[in-house]
Amino acid sequence: MNISTLFKIALRAIFANKTRSFLTALGIIIGIASVITMLAIGEGTKQSIKSNISEMGSNMIMISPGADRFGGVQQSASSMETLKLTDYQALKDECKYIRAISPTVSASGQFIYGNNNAPSSVTGANADYLEIRQLKVADGEMFTDTDIKTSAKVCLLGNTVAENLFPDGADPIGKVVRFNSIPFRVIGVMEKKGYNSMGMDQDDYVLAPYTSVMKRILAQNYLHMIVASATTEGVTEKATEEMTSILRRTHKLKDASDETAGDEDDFNIRSQEELSNMMDSTMTMLTVLLGSVAGISLIVGGIGIMNIMYVSVTERTREIGLRMSVGARGIDILNQFLIESVLLSVTGGVIGVLLGLGVCAFLNQVIHLPISIQVWSIIMSFAVCTFTGIFFGWYPAKKAAQLDPIEAIRYE
Amino acid sequence: MNKERKTVIELQNVKRNFIVGEETVHALKGVSFKIYEGEFVTIMGKSGSGKSTLLNQLGCLDTPTSGEYYLDGNSVRTMSKSERAVLRNRKIGFIFQNYNLLPKTTSVENVELPLMYNSGVSAKERHERAVEALTAVGLGDRLNHKSNQMSGGQMQRVAIARALVNNPAVILADEATGNLDTRTSFEILVLFQKLHAEGRTIIFVTHNPDIASYSSRNIELRDGRIISDKLNDNILSAAEGLAALPANTDE
Repeated sequence: MNISTLFKIALRAIFANKTRSFLTALGIIIGIASVITMLAIGEGTKQSIKSNISEMGSNMIMISPGADRFGGVQQSASSMETLKLTDYQALKDECKYIRAISPTVSASGQFIYGNNNAPSSVTGANADYLEIRQLKVADGEMFTDTDIKTSAKVCLLGNTVAENLFPDGADPIGKVVRFNSIPFRVIGVMEKKGYNSMGMDQDDYVLAPYTSVMKRILAQNYLHMIVASATTEGVTEKATEEMTSILRRTHKLKDASDETAGDEDDFNIRSQEELSNMMDSTMTMLTVLLGSVAGISLIVGGIGIMNIMYVSVTERTREIGLRMSVGARGIDILNQFLIESVLLSVTGGVIGVLLGLGVCAFLNQVIHLPISIQVWSIIMSFAVCTFTGIFFGWYPAKKAAQLDPIEAIRYE
Repeated sequence: MNKERKTVIELQNVKRNFIVGEETVHALKGVSFKIYEGEFVTIMGKSGSGKSTLLNQLGCLDTPTSGEYYLDGNSVRTMSKSERAVLRNRKIGFIFQNYNLLPKTTSVENVELPLMYNSGVSAKERHERAVEALTAVGLGDRLNHKSNQMSGGQMQRVAIARALVNNPAVILADEATGNLDTRTSFEILVLFQKLHAEGRTIIFVTHNPDIASYSSRNIELRDGRIISDKLNDNILSAAEGLAALPANTDE
């Protein structure tokens, strides 16, 4: 019996019980669709987080004050006052692997212009900050080194702040806005970055010279953070090590000797790479989790096929007996039922893939979920379907092939 | 009748035992006979006489516990299951009491079935032979009727066409008229006699003694043994029997 005849017989058997065949395939359809959707969501989220992290800056290294553990008690990093301008100067002068470095301080409060006000935060930094955080000035100019030296009361508005303070679309440049009670002259507006995947507005900030923020707003002499850019992605780790050793020296921390344990770092260095790797492994785990939940539904679908094939074999015992008496060998019957179950599961798989793609498109268009459809997941789906069909069809098919024609033909 | 005839079936002291629990049931206790080409043999016997067991033997569905069975010169006893399946496919045409047509399937496709298991027959030839067989049983105008759209007599004709389509060495009918009314039974018998007249070898297993008078030879079984094996000198015509029936007012 040739393959095309077998396919014809299998198709006829499937179409003879349309509703039942559809319900059987539904298990596979849902299984495959959910595997594809889940993997697409997982991978999409992963990629969007990755791009978020790279949007944060290029090869960024962040130094914040405070050790992870200090005196056995976890301290809030902002309460630490260990990061000084001298540290910034030392890093800037000595570090070979960085191309840009900026101290940062920030304060939140109310910005006021005329009748309008907007709550936001002001970040004090230097001109390098733009390069490190990959920000662009859309309109106007960045403050200069002179502005920093003189602690000039100038600022650049993030897009959101600009829109809130100037809702009528007036040009903010040259206008004087007040932060709490301190007046700042607007010298530029930043380019819009939009929301990140976590829903955070990336345009809700104001930039000002760090000296101005430290002296005029916060009245403090320590920094909240130092951010830097490594020259290339490859040297991020070297740069981190270099910065650590410089900071340990300027902070006069003792290295470990034979007798005593060394002082712990009183600062914290994180690179973007590290962050990215961490997020990556978290998201991979999430993807695996989503994928396996979906995979389980696929197995359940496969068991559904096995169940129906069993029923089908019992129901068609007479037919099997007849086929055997007119010359079907065991292998012919086995093939017939195997092809039927494979056809059922692969058809379910095709519909499942289409449904999965449809759901992905829907989620992307309507809920704006980040989606990245994985080609390998589609290929794998077909492989899994075929395997499911063979695996779960084998036992019932074997049972059919082993029927005794004498008993089968007289089966009531 | 004395000219040399080909032996289609030869049984030599065929025994078949079944083990039921701890007992051994001797269903066939040494059966020997030869059936020649062109014979129309009825095998009769009450239930329990071993006729079903004998039919399974003749149909190569089962193998003897001892003894030899030659079908068209092939020794069946030592054959494997698949070898017997192929032998059935080429040499035997089955007709069952309850027709055993595939449900929701057209007559042509039902008749094509045995040829589907013969890879030597192309799809085109398969179709042509099925149409030919259906025409031969008088269903040339019902090729694409589905099995559930036909009467019992028509279904049995499809089954007969299916038994003819592989041009078998022997046609095995198991109570082929058992489910049919008298008139339809006669019609089917007329068809059998026509096939017999065309030179086909037919074995008709039945418990109905009336049928014996329309066949050319009658073998009677009792308790697993042959108690009589007679040629029928006076074969009745089923066509005459049909004509003699009172007109059917039901239709």
